[in-house]
Amino acid sequence: MMNWGIVLPLIIFLFIIFIVGFWTNKHVRNSDSFLQEYFLGSRSMGGFILAMTMMATYGSASSFIGGPGIAYSTGLGWVLLAMAQLPTGYFVLTVLGKKFAIVSRQYRAITLIDFLKNRYHSEWIGILAAISIIIFLFSSIAAQWVGGARLLESLFPISYPIALTIFAFSVMIYVIIGGFRAVALTDTILGTIMFFGTLILLVAVINAGGGINNIMENLMAIDPGLVTPFGADGSLSASYVSSYWILVGIGVVGLPQIAVRAMSYKNSRSMHQAIIITTVFVGIIMLGMHLVGVFARAVHPNIAVADSVMPTITMEVLPPFFAGIVLAAPMAAIMSTVNALLIMVSSAVVKDIYLSYVNPQAQDQKVRSISYLVTAILGVIVYLMALSPPDFLIWLNLFSFGGLEAAFIWPVVLGLYWKKGNKYGAISSMIVGVTSYILFHQFYPNALGMHTVIFPILLSFLAFVAVSVITQKKELVHSI
Amino acid sequence: MDKDKIFSDDSRFKVAKKEAWIGIGLVLFNFIWWFAFAYGLGSQSPEEYTYILGFPAWFFYSCIVSLIVMSILVIIVVKYCFKEVTFEEEIDKVDEEKEKSIG
Repeated sequence: MMNWGIVLPLIIFLFIIFIVGFWTNKHVRNSDSFLQEYFLGSRSMGGFILAMTMMATYGSASSFIGGPGIAYSTGLGWVLLAMAQLPTGYFVLTVLGKKFAIVSRQYRAITLIDFLKNRYHSEWIGILAAISIIIFLFSSIAAQWVGGARLLESLFPISYPIALTIFAFSVMIYVIIGGFRAVALTDTILGTIMFFGTLILLVAVINAGGGINNIMENLMAIDPGLVTPFGADGSLSASYVSSYWILVGIGVVGLPQIAVRAMSYKNSRSMHQAIIITTVFVGIIMLGMHLVGVFARAVHPNIAVADSVMPTITMEVLPPFFAGIVLAAPMAAIMSTVNALLIMVSSAVVKDIYLSYVNPQAQDQKVRSISYLVTAILGVIVYLMALSPPDFLIWLNLFSFGGLEAAFIWPVVLGLYWKKGNKYGAISSMIVGVTSYILFHQFYPNALGMHTVIFPILLSFLAFVAVSVITQKKELVHSI
Repeated sequence: MDKDKIFSDDSRFKVAKKEAWIGIGLVLFNFIWWFAFAYGLGSQSPEEYTYILGFPAWFFYSCIVSLIVMSILVIIVVKYCFKEVTFEEEIDKVDEEKEKSIG
């Protein structure tokens, strides 16, 4: 039986998203510089929109479905871990901050790859970066789509292929026609839904559990481990949880889809506003959603499948219409992550491959049609792969978050602030970062009780510094 | 090729560098606060926990209060330590104004 109370808010919300997509297409059609507009929204994002698009891009299926599911079985320790994400907002925007904004304007850079190529005067960096962005982000788009379709499938009596089709095509249409501006504006709506959805659900769950005191007593009765920082089975060590500060806190600086947002703000005032808003919103959403997962354990102790904790508890504690609004939140989170990744991959293909190597003299009209076409083709390929995801894709997706961080964090950050950093350092840092991440993951996961990403980030740092210093003399000789 | 201006002594870059260090400072403070309360108060056995507003004290301070403290700190830092600078070059500025008058 289809529950129309739940479906109605979801339909209204899809409808609004489409209107935004069509509206932003006007900007794309009227813009003097198609590339600037389509891939960067003409660098005109204000503080609130910037904050929301940062938050929505970052908050994905794992913040609304996966995370609360783990919190349900582990307890408050997982909420503690999730709070390592609090710095994302202020750290990315202060560290990349003004320098990245100014320099990318000087370079007239539209993509992160433009920035790297200009900074290091190297085509190889561009090629390496484009390849890693395309491979890693492609696989994470597919993974997010699978998540979105699974969620739709669990809510409505429809099959997986139909759910995937609805999900994939609704995202693709507005991304293709509206570009970055459509992504940022829909992110603002999606982010607002995520925020209020979290608050509504949190209040409802506390209510259903008979207040926080009562919930804590119940949790103590189920398993005292649930209220400790160490998790129900005591497996969350302080060093493991702390290592997440690198993976989901400060390492986020290296994620291309996040870094590109630090190129898009209008002026320093919007950057300042965004720092504040992102910090508050990311903090409230992460704290709220993961607490919901823990509290759900006291309300409904026997949910077997971790990923169904959030939908199950929502439908149990809220009347249908509100449940629809709250369930729009994980949909929103997935859509807003996917749309950003899709435009990112598309920019890598159009700007960094097509315009750099295939057809540098392409006319504006040609660039337009190629951009629409590439975005559409990418979407369709992801859709076909997500229909029955190959194992290879799932394997790749495991590395995408940490792999991209290990590849990009030092070439970007040290590239901005360390004069001696050169192309040899950057190239070795990227290669060492990605390969050591894959090797550690295969042969020595969670080395020394910390998340796998720690050593690759350390090694790529050493590679960057050592190779830059060693090759410095050679560079000097060349430049003379 | 244009001369790379990324390491010129543009005064805006000094501002940017200072603010980047402030960001690192904030994250260190945030981490220490989070770690000290979580493992300082949370390492005893759960039967001995004290509770604040229903939450175990370690959780209350390390996750809830830290969110409030960091938000206030970020607001103060941005309002009083961060400087507004222009992102455009002088030449670009003219271009942009042209664009605005067209759009």
